[in-house]
Amino acid sequence: MPRRTDIRKLLIIGSGPIVIGQAAEFDYSGVQACKVLLEEGYEVVLVNSNPATIMTDPEFATATYVEPLTLETVTAVIAKERPDALLGTLGGQTALNLAKSLHDEGVLDRYGVELIGVTYDAIRRAEDRELFRETMLSHGLNVPKSAIVHTIAEAERVIDAIGLPLIVRPAFTLGGHGGGIAYTPAEFSERVSEGLNASPINQVLLEQSLIGWGEFELEVMRDHNDNALVVCSIENIDPMGVHTGDSVTVAPQQTLSDRAYQVLRDQALAVIRAVGVETGGSNIQFAVSPETGEVVVIEMNPRVSRSSALASKATGFPIAKIAARLAVGYALEEIPNDITRRTPASFEPTIDYTVVKIPRFAFEKFPFVDGGLTTQMKSVGEVMAIGRTFKQAFMKALRSRELDSEPRLPEDTEALLGRLDRPAHDRYEFLFEAFRRGVSTDELNRRTSINPWFLAQFAELVAARDDGLARKKDLGFSDEQAGVTRAERRAAGLEPVFRSVDTCAAEFEAETPYYYSSYERNKFGDRAAEVRRGSRPSVVILGSGPNRIGQGIEFDYCCVHAAMTVHELGRDAVMVNCNPETVSTDYDTSDRLYFEPLTVEDVLEVIEVEQPEGVIVQFGGQTPLRIAADLQQAGVKLLGTPVESIDLAENREQFGALLRRLGIGHPPYGIAHDEGEAIGVGRQLGFPLLVRPSYVLGGRAMELCYSESELVAYVERLRAAGGSELAERMYPLLIDRFLENAIELDVDALADGEDVYVAGIMQHVEEAGVHSGDSACVLPPLSLGGEMLDEISRQTRVLALELGVVGLLNVQFAVVENKRLRVIEVNPRASRTVPFVSKATGVPLAKVACRLILGERLRDQRLPDWQAGSHVSVKEAVLPFKRLQGSDAVLGPEMKSTGEVMGIAADFPTAFGKAQAAAGVELPSKGTLFITVCDTDKPAATQLAARMHDLGFRVLATRGTAAAIRAMGIPVEELNKIGEGSPHVGDYITRGDVDIVINTPAGRGARTDGWEIRRAAIERNVPCITTMTGATAAVRAIGATRSGTPSVRSLQELHRAAAPAGDEPAPAARA
Amino acid sequence: MRESAVDLQADRPVSGGTAFVLLEDGTRLHGIAVGAPVAAVGEVVFNTAMTGYQEAVTDPSYDAQIITFTYPLIGNYGVSDANMESGRIHARAVIMREGMNSRPEDAGAGWLDWLASEGVPGIGGVDTRALVRHLRERGAMLGGVFPGEMSDQEARDLIAAEPSMDGRDLAAEVTPREPIVFDEGSGPKVVALDTGIKRSIVENLRQRDCRLVLMPCGSSAQDVLDQQPDAVFLANGPGDPAALDHVVGTVRALVGKLPVFGICLGHQLLCRAVGLDTFKLRFGHRGANHPVKDLSTGKIEITAQNHGFAVLGPGGAKAIDADEPVRCETDFGAAELSHVNLYDRTVEGLVLHDVPAACVQYHPEAGPGPHDSLYLFDRFVDMVHA
Ligand SMILES: Nc1ncnc2c1ncn2[C@@H]1O[C@H](COP(=O)(O)OP(=O)(O)O)[C@@H](O)[C@H]1O
Ligand SMILES: Nc1ncnc2c1ncn2[C@@H]1O[C@H](COP(=O)(O)OP(=O)(O)O)[C@@H](O)[C@H]1O
Ligand SMILES: [Mg+2]
Ligand SMILES: [Mg+2]
Repeated sequence: MPRRTDIRKLLIIGSGPIVIGQAAEFDYSGVQACKVLLEEGYEVVLVNSNPATIMTDPEFATATYVEPLTLETVTAVIAKERPDALLGTLGGQTALNLAKSLHDEGVLDRYGVELIGVTYDAIRRAEDRELFRETMLSHGLNVPKSAIVHTIAEAERVIDAIGLPLIVRPAFTLGGHGGGIAYTPAEFSERVSEGLNASPINQVLLEQSLIGWGEFELEVMRDHNDNALVVCSIENIDPMGVHTGDSVTVAPQQTLSDRAYQVLRDQALAVIRAVGVETGGSNIQFAVSPETGEVVVIEMNPRVSRSSALASKATGFPIAKIAARLAVGYALEEIPNDITRRTPASFEPTIDYTVVKIPRFAFEKFPFVDGGLTTQMKSVGEVMAIGRTFKQAFMKALRSRELDSEPRLPEDTEALLGRLDRPAHDRYEFLFEAFRRGVSTDELNRRTSINPWFLAQFAELVAARDDGLARKKDLGFSDEQAGVTRAERRAAGLEPVFRSVDTCAAEFEAETPYYYSSYERNKFGDRAAEVRRGSRPSVVILGSGPNRIGQGIEFDYCCVHAAMTVHELGRDAVMVNCNPETVSTDYDTSDRLYFEPLTVEDVLEVIEVEQPEGVIVQFGGQTPLRIAADLQQAGVKLLGTPVESIDLAENREQFGALLRRLGIGHPPYGIAHDEGEAIGVGRQLGFPLLVRPSYVLGGRAMELCYSESELVAYVERLRAAGGSELAERMYPLLIDRFLENAIELDVDALADGEDVYVAGIMQHVEEAGVHSGDSACVLPPLSLGGEMLDEISRQTRVLALELGVVGLLNVQFAVVENKRLRVIEVNPRASRTVPFVSKATGVPLAKVACRLILGERLRDQRLPDWQAGSHVSVKEAVLPFKRLQGSDAVLGPEMKSTGEVMGIAADFPTAFGKAQAAAGVELPSKGTLFITVCDTDKPAATQLAARMHDLGFRVLATRGTAAAIRAMGIPVEELNKIGEGSPHVGDYITRGDVDIVINTPAGRGARTDGWEIRRAAIERNVPCITTMTGATAAVRAIGATRSGTPSVRSLQELHRAAAPAGDEPAPAARA
Repeated sequence: MRESAVDLQADRPVSGGTAFVLLEDGTRLHGIAVGAPVAAVGEVVFNTAMTGYQEAVTDPSYDAQIITFTYPLIGNYGVSDANMESGRIHARAVIMREGMNSRPEDAGAGWLDWLASEGVPGIGGVDTRALVRHLRERGAMLGGVFPGEMSDQEARDLIAAEPSMDGRDLAAEVTPREPIVFDEGSGPKVVALDTGIKRSIVENLRQRDCRLVLMPCGSSAQDVLDQQPDAVFLANGPGDPAALDHVVGTVRALVGKLPVFGICLGHQLLCRAVGLDTFKLRFGHRGANHPVKDLSTGKIEITAQNHGFAVLGPGGAKAIDADEPVRCETDFGAAELSHVNLYDRTVEGLVLHDVPAACVQYHPEAGPGPHDSLYLFDRFVDMVHA
């Protein structure tokens, strides 16, 4: 059957901000689907609150709504757009849950919207743990022993039947949020109540523990003819008990015989049929007993997922794209296999290489959080590597991670082994060390339950220390690990071969240029024989590697735009990246994709084969910049802003001198090369100070010191992180005078060496001191006068020209006392805010930048003159505090957010309110405010309290804050601090008697009480605001929401409204 | 750790040396010797399945062939009795990227040790992808796996002495000398002309309660009829179906008298018996992921495949473009091509209408491979009962 013609307009829901458990993979899937559906001639309406996604680029949908993914807003979009169908399987758990609520609330019925891809009943059978169990059992499939409970009391009654340890799993949450393992009765009641809280339907499943069993995933697809197939099997090296998202995984599975594998395959097909996913893909997870081979079904996700993205990248089979086609009526056999073009998609890929995925964590940023791995996902990103053998792929994946620091290895072997008893994020480093120290495979298998096959592979890698170079390269060692230089290795005749990812193990010719490198032990033929390098010049774009806090999807966004632009300008775009989640590693994005680690060695090999016109390093964040100088040294031509300028901007001393020469203000600073100097600088500058090691991104290890003793403590702490890169590279230490109560600004600009275009000036909501990545910001700026704006533009322009910027430039300013402008930082490269500005203004910054890099002039770009438009855009950061138990929900100069959302409206309070809603912060419209602030914030707090009182809120406060408020004649109730005994504020919050918390931390010391309050609020999902500026904006937003549900407008409408009248090319530069 | 690590060393030379692959067109690839330290020649083919190496090498259809495994890691889960498709290894040699000798607790032996003890040579460390690309372009061809110290001339001579696969009768080498009887069960009695039947087929028939007699493939039609069977099964097997005219003759004499069902070589024999022709594919179909469409139901099965020859459609067509069953006239009346391979649209199945007979080119018994087509055994038993 060809595509359905009874559907004309389709609604797609995205997955919202990047959070732990739901990341860029849904942008990849969404983009694929949108492209296909537009190609098929459908109108596509998209809702997604995440501006940093490619899918929210206006060209990927007919109407793009960057709006909160809430029931109300999506209902408003449906009412306005009247789509015929909703495809809810592309936006992760968020979209699936929303699709379910839209059905439950009768919205779909009311507007006649058909749910396609997966039916409502199938969603329920897959997602409701109880129904899922029943469905499995009635189809003769095994599930773990379990019980569903809705209260603690119910839970206590079944504990004996299941036995401890057991797994607590809340219904309808993603990434296992709110779940965990209970070993003891005490842990049992704690986990159960957490789980009940986390579940939107207050339901948890208590389940027999299968910890230590093998964990396998199968990616399955099915069409309306009931043809079903397995795209890929994935084996988790970390056995059951570690969330698949946190596990190191390998594709295809390695340890099961064909007989055992076919059992999984049969069951996987039985599961998708039983649940009734009729058109699309599903991820099905199994546990397999290492002793008996018994197979148990763990769960199924009736939608595209992180694993389906991985499976697509691992095999070349584009699951999301095909799922979208299936949803609109095609059968698998009617869809051609992209890669071979000649064979249909109704087949199972077979591969002749091995793929390893390793997650990347961010525990270093959350000192109070336990780095142990459990059933709840904690990683923030991942890398994938492809090699001909498992060992090659594993070694490539290890080096793709770009870790900032290596874990410290305990001297004592017993201690080392102790660290292996519980899975933790750094377990592989410990495992390798244990092998080095001669610990047996058996012993390690006992401690980790990792399948002996994998352990033997690791043992072999460790044992290869003394082997010859050829063997080491065959095993996947880098030159550095093998102890040679590139020149020595090449002199030995060793170079990798490039192979294509072709879905068919070379049985057919591959048309799609998607490659990986590998060392062949006995290479045969030309190493680039498979590379389809035409005659067009090529330009290499270096991607941004694994997502991590501080370097996320925004950079991938820029890289994708660069690829599109390079192609448009008549060259072949060549992408190098190792992140399987992203759009950049979709083979459709570039002319050639090399799935490779972003190291000098690996990139130079690609360049050797490509012989590109040049390499673009300014879009991939810090990752390409780390290797830029070495590439240049090796004779590679870098395009755009010279790398020297990028370095100059990072070099405090030289850059300070430059600013002084240009007469541009900056905070007083000093540089210290040892502790003594640090103290000296501190005394000279005066406190408070902002201190950090040089060369860090995302404000890593950056802290505020209010006194000399705090400064000394800071230095001590860094040193104690011994052995790590951080400790080694802590000097020179950069010390800045901290600008208090300053307004922070982010400016993004374009330059071609002669002209400069200031594309966006964003005013932060939180004052300077909260990392720009974590603070909300608004465009156009709210409270700056024309004169100040002109001065900002002027300074930006001067800096861009002085640094010889060709491409993008980001400048962070602070405005002190509303009049003095200070430069905090200059980044002559793509910044985190590029996608936000592009969406807010309609000017595709990264694309224009890429044109400039390739030699076009700014004046030919016809950019609109910057002006206060018809709308206000707010960006808000999304923080992982809820996911990372024990983390302190406080903002500071070290970045902690994982993602961002955007709110757009006619006025600031409404836009801010939308951004909050999009970020999952439900600002109450009535109820109770609890406020407790440090002394300096008391005057502002009383104002806020007054306003909230006027809005009808009951106001609670701790003693000091209450006194200040009462003094202004505002009714306030006084509460005990947690330290002062029950009933205290914590009790109130936990009981649900507080609807919003405003708490500003008082300097350093008084952490604990505040920490308790903030954790209580986070756990209860009560909005918790930790800055006065943030609180002020929130209160204004609360006021605004009272005037009803805000209206929705698509980006296409907004950009049309904002486009300059007439056709005259607008002057590029202003100021 | 060292003990078990050494035990599990990947493709460390068991025989201690290098080895090479030489093809009849002069192509030479290097590797390391594993398994038995001897030379072997045969038709060099490739198999794209990711699991099931033991089943593959013990499948009699690989007789006189050397298997190149496209999946790079072979030997991961050792070998066990349960995975034997016949009593011994039939492949002449194996070519691998990385052969390994892991021996999990439930395995009977390590793969490389087993190859050695069975006297079968292997070669590891080979750039198998380059080899496969070569075979894909030039077609399957003769070649061999040779110990590193053997001279090129000697190797070339060995290859030259090996007969070509075209026109080669190999069934004689794998067929039993005496009938083998499995007579427990109360179901229909099936005589299989054993051209190298796989154990999985036997198992599947027995699971459906069939009583089974595996007859030497040189048996006459009368020999078969003397068994008073309810049906005849035509097995898989090695070699060129065109060289088996004596068996084809037997089949011709049986069609119409008894229900007949064939798999793989058996499919080719039945097709020849009813008047269709066969041809040699460039590099064959060997793997576990080939989509086959049942033209009457529209259902697609992911199938296990292992054949170097295929059946020509009516009029000699190699590719069948229709999406419905293709009607044709045979020596036994009306028939239809029932299944087609969606990769290259070659014939995958035939059903006769006027007499009870059907066959498929692929392997519904899997072993190794997906189980999508097991229903065909049920259909066969139903046909016998009808
Ligand atoms: N019964 C169990 N025993 C041990 N570990 C389990 C059990 N059930 C699930 N897990 C572990 O928890 C992880 C998350 O569970 P899963 O059902 O997949 O939830 P999610 O929806 O978060 O993916 C799994 O990947 C697995 O490692
Ligand atoms: N001198 C200063 N006074 C006040 N705040 C500062 C100062 N320097 C930096 N900050 C704050 O710290 C954050 C991170 O500093 P920045 O230099 O931008 O580091 P990064 O390279 O991590 O972006 C800024 O966004 C700003 O809020
Ligand atoms: Mg899961
Ligand atoms: Mg910054």
